[in-house]
Amino acid sequence: MSALRRASNIQASTRPDHLLIAEMVAKGARVLDVGCGDGALLQLLGEEKGVDARGIEIEREKVNACVARGLSVIQGDADNDLADYPDDAFDYAILSLTIQATRRPKTVLENLLRIGRRAIVSFPNFGHWKVRGGLLINGRMPVTDNLPESWYETPNAHLCTIYDFADLVKSIEAEVEDAFSFNARGKRLGIKQSIWLQNLLGEKAVFLLKRR
Amino acid sequence: MNEIAKPSIEDVGPAGETSLLETLPRLKEAWTPSSKVVRFDNEPLKLDSGQQLPSFQVAYETWGTLNEDKSNAILVCHALTGDQYVVGKNPVTGKPGWWETLIGPGKAIDTDKFFIICANILGGCMGTTGPASLNPKTGRPYGLAFPVITISDMVNAQVRLIDHLGIGQLFAVIGGSMGGMQVLDWAVRHKDRVFAAMPIATAARHSSQNIAFHEVGRQAVMADPDWCRGDYFEHGRVPEKGLGVARMAAHITYLSEEALHHKFGRNLQNRDERTFSFDADFQVESYLRHQGSTFVDRFDANAYLYITRAMDYFDIAAEHGNFLANAFRGTRTRFLVVSFTSDWLYPTRESRHIVRALNAVAANVSFVEIESNKGHDAFLLDEPEFFASVAGFINAAAQHRGLQT
Repeated sequence: MSALRRASNIQASTRPDHLLIAEMVAKGARVLDVGCGDGALLQLLGEEKGVDARGIEIEREKVNACVARGLSVIQGDADNDLADYPDDAFDYAILSLTIQATRRPKTVLENLLRIGRRAIVSFPNFGHWKVRGGLLINGRMPVTDNLPESWYETPNAHLCTIYDFADLVKSIEAEVEDAFSFNARGKRLGIKQSIWLQNLLGEKAVFLLKRR
Repeated sequence: MNEIAKPSIEDVGPAGETSLLETLPRLKEAWTPSSKVVRFDNEPLKLDSGQQLPSFQVAYETWGTLNEDKSNAILVCHALTGDQYVVGKNPVTGKPGWWETLIGPGKAIDTDKFFIICANILGGCMGTTGPASLNPKTGRPYGLAFPVITISDMVNAQVRLIDHLGIGQLFAVIGGSMGGMQVLDWAVRHKDRVFAAMPIATAARHSSQNIAFHEVGRQAVMADPDWCRGDYFEHGRVPEKGLGVARMAAHITYLSEEALHHKFGRNLQNRDERTFSFDADFQVESYLRHQGSTFVDRFDANAYLYITRAMDYFDIAAEHGNFLANAFRGTRTRFLVVSFTSDWLYPTRESRHIVRALNAVAANVSFVEIESNKGHDAFLLDEPEFFASVAGFINAAAQHRGLQT
């Protein structure tokens, strides 16, 4: 159980990956959540960290629901709308479980690190043993709890493993301040585990990045 | 400057003017409105054209209670043919206020919590100085002697009213269509006086198509022989036909093809067969004719010319190096931008253009596109998703302002 959850009255329904992200964010920071969905992370950050929280969401119904909840959210998406923001507009630009659904993940990541002093990126790890097993044993595109849609329905266009993402980070010369993998319940894998093991056992991963 | 609660006809103009008033009762609201009115005598209003109005008046209405530190005031900006009667029975038309769907006790914008102000725009005909007002130089209605005005001029007149009411920073400025243009102008030129801004179904500039439609309307007015080169009051006439046609053309732009089809289809009006004449065979024709004829009862033709002109001249970016974001630099205002899917007069891309500019200065902006088949007029109609967005935005802003909600 995370320190944040212990310390507050956060509902049990709060997504575990949101709690892990919230722990990385400094109090009172300016935050942009790209692909903010129903605004749950924004609300958590607003209530628990007092951040100036903004969001971008692609689905109209979700945007309208966010605004009706009093959140500052616009309709848009990572591929098209990040370019508008000025450099250093935010302390953190967050992309939570969204990068795999973008058209140009590299450009998106570069934009995140341009408009945010730091970027927090989480993604489903395609190197997880269930995914590898699905392909190796069954010979089919993997369908897991983490990646529930069939290949023809999934919005995910650019899935990657932890290794792959680390390579991308290196190629754009960003610095990794923190990174770890975690399972569906938000349990972090032991810090001593090697990247090789994290890539095999972690269902999802989150990276805290900084410009070099 | 003096407050006139309920002026009487006798108060207006030099002796002899009453006769003009008797022949043309529609001048009554322009001169002595049924609403509150504040006069700025010998306190000139400088205009964008370089001219100035030596004296002017602003007719306005208010609802709710201004709190002690005057931090709960919301200025509502009305659209082209709107007026100051937002809520409650309109004393001139006898119809309900034009934004009762959104504003009132317990509504998305709650008059039990907020102090609502709406003023008739400069150039209008419901009591704020416009072309039907008396020209102090001649003692006769201005007509075309009235200077051409801009959206900024309208806002500057509102600023004088807000100063008069002793309000420093407005909690919110809201408006749709041309009202949204005024909201943007407030947010750009009076950044510190606007805590929250809600430009709805609007644009940061008038498009070529918008200007084109307005030109059709103006030409219709001016082609009417009763227009008399703008001096129709003097001739005891009113260009009803021209203004009616202008309204009919404009009204089509406020709807959507789907809305028209849904409402009328190709249905015939009170007849079973085509008449092989130019009568209003179709329901949609009859509807438009009705829209035209009721409009001329309440609106001044010259005011229509002046206000549409002001909208055509509106282009915020042009005054900021053709880069809209420059206009918003340094803003601390919270924005809610709203568009409607079937609005082709001020389509979503115009709202998105505003949002992009606000993003470029990292402004606090929310943007919702509301699904509706009702066209541009949707912002005045029953759109629950729109109301929910407005309520969420306003209440969150109130919390940030430290208002009791």
